[in-house]
Amino acid sequence: MSFDLERPWRLHRQVALRPEPFGALAYHFGNRRLSFLKTRKLLAVVQALGEHPTGRDACRSAGVGEDELTAYARALEALAASGMLVERESR
Amino acid sequence: MSQTVTRGKRLVDHFEIGLDAPICLTWELTYACNLACVHCLSSSGRRDPRELSTAECMTVIDELQRMQVFYVNIGGGEPTVRRDFWDLLDYATGHDVGVKFSTNGSRITAEVARRLAGSDYVDVQVSLDGATAPVNDAIRGAGSYATAIRAMERLAEAGMRNFKLSVVVTRNNVPQLDLFAAIADRYGAQLRLTRLRPSGRGADVWDALHPTAAQQRQLYDWLRERGERVLTGDSFFHLAAYGDPLPGLNLCGAGRVVCLIDPVGDVYACPFAIHDAFLAGNVRTAGGFTEVWRHSELFTRLRRPQTGGACSSCAHFDSCRGGCMAAKFFTGLALDGPDPECVLGHGESLLALRGSEPAPRPAADHSRAAVNHARRPAPACDESPLAGLEVIR
Ligand code: SF4
Ligand code: SF4
Repeated sequence: MSFDLERPWRLHRQVALRPEPFGALAYHFGNRRLSFLKTRKLLAVVQALGEHPTGRDACRSAGVGEDELTAYARALEALAASGMLVERESR
Repeated sequence: MSQTVTRGKRLVDHFEIGLDAPICLTWELTYACNLACVHCLSSSGRRDPRELSTAECMTVIDELQRMQVFYVNIGGGEPTVRRDFWDLLDYATGHDVGVKFSTNGSRITAEVARRLAGSDYVDVQVSLDGATAPVNDAIRGAGSYATAIRAMERLAEAGMRNFKLSVVVTRNNVPQLDLFAAIADRYGAQLRLTRLRPSGRGADVWDALHPTAAQQRQLYDWLRERGERVLTGDSFFHLAAYGDPLPGLNLCGAGRVVCLIDPVGDVYACPFAIHDAFLAGNVRTAGGFTEVWRHSELFTRLRRPQTGGACSSCAHFDSCRGGCMAAKFFTGLALDGPDPECVLGHGESLLALRGSEPAPRPAADHSRAAVNHARRPAPACDESPLAGLEVIR
């Protein structure tokens, strides 16, 4: 399963994000998993997800270039797989 | 698997320079304990009159919330002995600080179990050091096996899923690894194995109880086979030198991602390093815990690049990194040399060469006069909590 950039996503309600100089840490209180976001830009994408109609829009708003999209989709997929991100009801 | 999971050098570099707040913070709330395990890392027994008051503990929790410390590992002593334990637990979870706490199980009544099962922000570790009563009780004291099993039964009945069955691996229980796994399965718990370190009272029994070289190999193979199903708190990274690294970060996190707040508010680099040499400050001083974590002289020093000493020429240095600082310190070995349990046997030869000078002793001893042969909860957070850490890039 790969991350669907055309769908709306958000951070799971039980996930806390902690910015760090080199990215961020994400902790899921439900499944107690800790993830390490390696760039600040990825943090910006994750924070933007809830406010954009699609994952692609969130990436764009955070300044992710076309050439980086595949890499970012892969990172988002990993976050979704560990329960950090969930799909929103689409309108 | 499509996840981008790496534990490459760069990540280690990030963690080596330290984080704005710890990931794995152990907080020992009291030195009081109803048991007296022979290997107790904090030499617990009696309460210390200078222990932090309820209000002071709450101030620390406020600070942890501001620093976004996701959770604390609460131990002791037996933390549930503190009368304000449940209030503090509620206060922490009400302030976005999750709690994992270690217990010998003696106070896990059916009611407490239901309460724990009801909260997403609380996790419990029940300590057991033998899969059978004789093996366990020789270490943790008569009756402690039955107590722990009863606690697990109650937790399981209350519907608590995935709590931890926490085992300190010793020479006596390596043959019981499969049995431990079966016990964990029986109660829907997750097995967590951690390393015996010569800290606290553990220093007195380490020589006799730490696994033999052959057992270490057996443990490594067993862990490799189980993969991520068994948690280790990253505590066996020195075994990575056998070949492939075990899941986890493979790094001594002391003062970088790990630290300890002790019952009187002293902040140490690691729960296994209770000694003046690793004392960074106290939460009661101006600036509180934040100041100690971010700016203490000791932590700043620990975050500077370390030399590998005799280990740096070793082919396994990248994964093993010379092992555990506390284990070296309390066995009297050089901090920049091999671990006492170095899988190449270098530690053993060095131990044999040690002079008659006694190894450093832990700073505080709250053992009751007669330390019988008993128990104490294993530390909740055995250094790096990063087993299962995923790196997303
Ligand atoms: S390796 Fe040893 S000293 Fe370092 S954090 Fe772990 S237990 Fe503490
Ligand atoms: S020599 Fe040092 S780095 Fe090499 S295996 Fe032994 S402890 Fe680890």
